[in-house]
Amino acid sequence: MTLTKLTLTEARQGLVARTFSARELVQAHLDAIERLNPTLNAYITPCPQSDVLKAADAADERYKHQKAGRMDGLPIGIKDLFCTQGIRTTAASAMLADFIPPYESTVTERLLKEGALFLGKTNLDEFAMGSATTNSAFGPTINPWKRADAPEIALVAGGSSGGSSAAVAAGLALASTGTDTGGSIRQPAAYCGIVGLKPTYGRCSRWGIIAYASSLDQAGPMTRSVADAALMLEVMAGADSRDSTCSPRPVPAFHQAVGKSVKGLRVGIPSEYRVDGLSPEILALWEQGITWLKEAGCEIVEVSLPHTRYGLPSYYIIAPAECSSNLARYDGIRFGLRKDAPTLDELYEKTRAAGFGTEVRRRILIGTYVLSAGYYDAYYLKAQKVRTLIMRDFEHAFNTVDVLLTPTAPSAAFAQNDNVNDPVQMYLNDIFTVPASLAGTPALSVPAGLNKAGLPLGLQIIGRHFDEETVLSIGSALEKAAGFTHRPTLYAGAGA
Amino acid sequence: MSLTPEMIKHIAKLARIGLDPSDIDATCHTLNDILGWIDQLAEVRIDDVPPMVGTETEPLRQREDTITEGNCRDSLFSCAPETSGPFYTVPRVVE
Amino acid sequence: MTYVIEGQTGPWEIVVGLEVHAQVISESKLFSGAATAFGAEPNTQVSLVDAAFPGMLPVINRACVAQAIRTGLGLNAHINLQSRFDRKNYFYADLPQGYQISQFEHPIVGAGRITIELADGQTRDIGITRLHLEQDAGKLLHDQDPSHSFVDLNRAGVALMEIVSEPDIRAPEEAGAYLRKLRQILRYLGTCDGNMEEGSLRADVNVSVRKAGEAFRTRCEIKNVNSIRFVMQAIETEALRQVTLWESGQEVEQETRLFDPSRGETRAMRSKEDAHDYRYFPDPDLLPLVLEQEWVDTLKATLPELPDAKRARFQSEYGITFYDAGVLVAEQAVANYYENVARGRDGKLAAAWVTGDLFGALNKRGATIETSPVQAATLGRMLDLITDGTINGKIAKEVFEDMLETGDEPDAIIERKGLRQVTDTGVIETAITTVLEKHAKELEDYRNGKDRLFGFFVGQVMKETKGKANPALVNEALKARLKSS
Repeated sequence: MTLTKLTLTEARQGLVARTFSARELVQAHLDAIERLNPTLNAYITPCPQSDVLKAADAADERYKHQKAGRMDGLPIGIKDLFCTQGIRTTAASAMLADFIPPYESTVTERLLKEGALFLGKTNLDEFAMGSATTNSAFGPTINPWKRADAPEIALVAGGSSGGSSAAVAAGLALASTGTDTGGSIRQPAAYCGIVGLKPTYGRCSRWGIIAYASSLDQAGPMTRSVADAALMLEVMAGADSRDSTCSPRPVPAFHQAVGKSVKGLRVGIPSEYRVDGLSPEILALWEQGITWLKEAGCEIVEVSLPHTRYGLPSYYIIAPAECSSNLARYDGIRFGLRKDAPTLDELYEKTRAAGFGTEVRRRILIGTYVLSAGYYDAYYLKAQKVRTLIMRDFEHAFNTVDVLLTPTAPSAAFAQNDNVNDPVQMYLNDIFTVPASLAGTPALSVPAGLNKAGLPLGLQIIGRHFDEETVLSIGSALEKAAGFTHRPTLYAGAGA
Repeated sequence: MSLTPEMIKHIAKLARIGLDPSDIDATCHTLNDILGWIDQLAEVRIDDVPPMVGTETEPLRQREDTITEGNCRDSLFSCAPETSGPFYTVPRVVE
Repeated sequence: MTYVIEGQTGPWEIVVGLEVHAQVISESKLFSGAATAFGAEPNTQVSLVDAAFPGMLPVINRACVAQAIRTGLGLNAHINLQSRFDRKNYFYADLPQGYQISQFEHPIVGAGRITIELADGQTRDIGITRLHLEQDAGKLLHDQDPSHSFVDLNRAGVALMEIVSEPDIRAPEEAGAYLRKLRQILRYLGTCDGNMEEGSLRADVNVSVRKAGEAFRTRCEIKNVNSIRFVMQAIETEALRQVTLWESGQEVEQETRLFDPSRGETRAMRSKEDAHDYRYFPDPDLLPLVLEQEWVDTLKATLPELPDAKRARFQSEYGITFYDAGVLVAEQAVANYYENVARGRDGKLAAAWVTGDLFGALNKRGATIETSPVQAATLGRMLDLITDGTINGKIAKEVFEDMLETGDEPDAIIERKGLRQVTDTGVIETAITTVLEKHAKELEDYRNGKDRLFGFFVGQVMKETKGKANPALVNEALKARLKSS
C-alpha cells in the first residue's frame, strides 16, 4: 500500500483498523518530502522529523486506547499564513523570515486538538498576494503536473495556496489548509487536480491567520476528495470569541452531506461566466459538468449575474485598500525585519522596502492611493457599491437556484515565466473565483478532467451563505461522475 | 485618472515604502496599467446603492470587561528586533 | 461678558472649540483583554492584540460601550443606535497597528450640550458636536537615551472617548469653565477619572480669531494640553500670535502646534510636518455596533443625578442659595456628604457648617472629603444638638474642634467637657447678679442712656457661665433685670 496516496478518510480507517501506524504514515510522508520538496518547493519550512515522529507516536498511543481525535495521526501541510506556536511563520515574506509566533491560530489549534500532525508550513505568494505562488521570498512552488507536450516546462501551482495544493497533489501531505481571499484555495486546487473548499466568510475564525484583506480572507481545506474536505472543515470551522467577524452558528455535520442525493436540486449556469476567449477545453468541461449533474437528477437553470465582469476590478481596489492598512504593522519595531536608520521615517521606509516583495509593495501603493484624500469616492467607495451589486446578483440567483456551476479558472496551470511582467493578465486568473469571495458565499473546486496537454481542470460550485452542505452534495455528485483518478508526473507514489 | 511620478512619491511616503528613484517610472507605468484596467468600473451605475463593507450581517458581539491577557513582555520581546530594558526602541523622535 | 483682543486694527474676537480625549474607566482595554491600570511596569499591560502581532483581531469591550452611552446621556446627547468603527491610518512609533481604530463617519454619540457658568454668575450653553470611541496610543520616552526614543505600549489600546465641542467658546475663561464642567460630569458618571496629570483627560484646542461679524478664519490646533490653566494660557497666547500675524499682513497657516508652558508660547510640531492623509475607511475586522434601545433606556434609568439637577434640587429641597448649592455639588463626594448632614435637618445650617467650618478644617489639614476626620453622621448629630438646645452655636465650634482632633462623638465631648448649655434660669439670674455687681460703673453708664452696653452685659454673663448659657434666655433675663432694677 502506498501510504502517500490515501485520502484522509482512508488513512483514518487504516489507523483505526491498525492496518498501519501513524508513525509509518508519517514516515512515508517525511520520505516523500525529503525526495520531492527540493524540486517542488511546496514547503517553506518542513517541521523537524523527530518532532513529527514523536507526535505520530503519541497518536498511535491514542489509537491504541481508542481515544483518537477526528484527525488523529493524519499528516497535513499548513499554509505558512497560519501562525503556529514555536514554528516559524513567514507569510512567504522576507519581512517575517525569522518570525516564530508565540501563539497558535484558532484553526490550527482545532486541528491539533483533533490530533492532526503538521508536516510543515507550505509555500504561498507573499502575504497571499498572487495567483501562482511565484511571489514568494522563498522561491516559487513548482506544479507536480507536467504538460504532456512539453514536460520540461515548469508550471505554476496556482496561488496563493500553491504550496498546499502541490503538496497534496504530489503526495507530500494527505491534505493541507489554505486561505482564500479571491480564489487562493480554489484556483491552485484546480491547477493541481485536487479539491479546494472556500467556506462561507465567517465560517472559520481568522484569528492567528496573517491578514491580507480582512473582509475577504477565509480559511478552508485542500484535499484529495470532497469527503475529506467535509471532514476537515468540520474540525476547522466554528465560533471564536476572538474574531468579531466569525459566525456563532453551530457547525453542521458536513460529512453527512457528502454522497447525498442531489435529485431535484436546481443548478444555475451563469451566462456571464462565458467570457470572451474562454478556452474551448474549459467550455467543454463545463458542458460535461452540466450533463453529469443533469444525469444525477439536477435541474439546470440558466441564470444571470450581470455584474460579474466588475468583480475583478472591484476586488483589486478593495483587497489592496485593506492590505495597505493591514500591513502597516510591519514597521520594524516589534517583530520581523528591521533595517536600521537614523530617523524613524527612514527606518520605516528602509524596512518596508527591503521586507516586502514587488507585488506586495505594488498592492500597498494601490491601496494607499485608492483610500487617499480625493480618490476615496472614485475608487474605494465605488468598489464597495459595486460589491453590493455583485452580492445582489447572487441573492437574486439564489432565489431560483440552489447552487451555481462554473469553471474554477479560465485556463489550466501556465508556465512559471508567463504573466510575470503583466499584473493585469495575472489578475485575470481570478475572474471566476473573485465574485464568490466578494459575496462571501461558499465555493468548492472539484477536479473534473484533463485538458489535451494532460493538465487538470476544475469545476466550481458556489452555494448560498452558510450552505456548504448543498455545495458538498453537488460536489460529491460531480466527483463521482468525473471519477478523476489521474496523478501528477511528480508524485510520491510513483513507482512505489 | 492617471498617476504622475510625483504622486507615486507622495503615496510611497504615506505608505512608508522607500522607493528607489530609478524604480519610480516603472512603478508609475505598472500602476497606471492596473488603474486603467480598473477604470472600467466607471460604466457601472451606482446611484442609491449602499456601500458594502463585509458580508457578515450580524451585529457586533461584545465581550465582558475582564482582564484575560497581558503580562507577557518576555514572550513579546522574544520576537522584537531591538529592545532596551523594558522598552521597545526606535530612532530618537523629535516632537 | 465679552473677551476681545485689542489689536492695532481694532478689536478681535476669539473662536475656540475643544476636542477632549477622556480615558474610559474600565478594567480592560477597548479591543483586548489587557489591563488598563495606571503606573504599571512598562510593556506589561500589553497583549498580542495591543502589540498588533500578525493575525490578531479586535473584540470590543461591552463596558466601554456602556461608558460611552452613559457619557452621551450625561451630555444630553443623541445616542446613535447604529455606529461603526473606522481605521485612521498613520505611522508612528506609539501606534503598533499603523492605524488607530476610531469612529469617523458614524460615531456612537451625536449632538449634545453642556451648560457652563461663568464668574459673573451667567450661564451659557456650549454645543457638543459628537462623542466617539477610539483607541489610545502608547507612550514614547525621549529622555532615556541620546539616540533612541523608548516605547511603552501599556496605554496602547485603552479606550478613549473623544468629545468634540462646537466652536462656541469665545473666551479663555469659557474654555476653563467648559473643561471643569465636563470633568465634573464625567466624574459624576464614573466614566473617566478626569485626572489631567496622569493624562486621563487631555485637550486639543482649536483656536482662531476674527473681527466681529466675520466668517471663521483659519484655525490652529494645539495638541495635548494637560491642565485647565494651560488650556486658558494657550488660547490667550495663540490668539495673540494669530492677531499679530494677521495685522502684519501675514497668513495664519492651518497646522498642529504644541503649547510650551515654561516659555508661554505655542510652536509648530516638527514631527508631523507632512500633510496628513489618514485614509479613513471602515474597519473590516469589526461589524457595525448595533445598540438595543432597551439597553440605552436601562443605562439612562440608572444614571446618577448629575450636577445641574442636583444643584437645583439642593436649592429647592434644602432652601440654600444657588451659590452654596454650586459649591456643594462641585464634587460628588462633597454633595453626598452634605446631603447626609442636611437630610431631615436645617439645610442652611448644614450648608454653613460644611462650606465654612468643615472646608476650612479640611483645607488646613490638607485633607479631602473622603479623608475627613469628621463623618457626615457625626456632624449631623452635632447639628441636632444645636437645634435641640443642648449646645449653642459658640460651644458647637469648640465641640467641632474636638471632633476634628479626637474623632469622638459630640455627645461624648459635651459630656467629657461639661459643655451642656445652661437653661436653668436660676443659674443665669445668679450670673447676672454677679456681673452687675462687678460692673457697677458700666451699669451706671447704661442707666444714663448708653444702650450699647447691653451687648457687653450679655457677653459678660456668657463668660460667667463659660459660654454655656442659652443666649436667648440670657437676653430675656437681662432685659427684665435692667428694666426692673
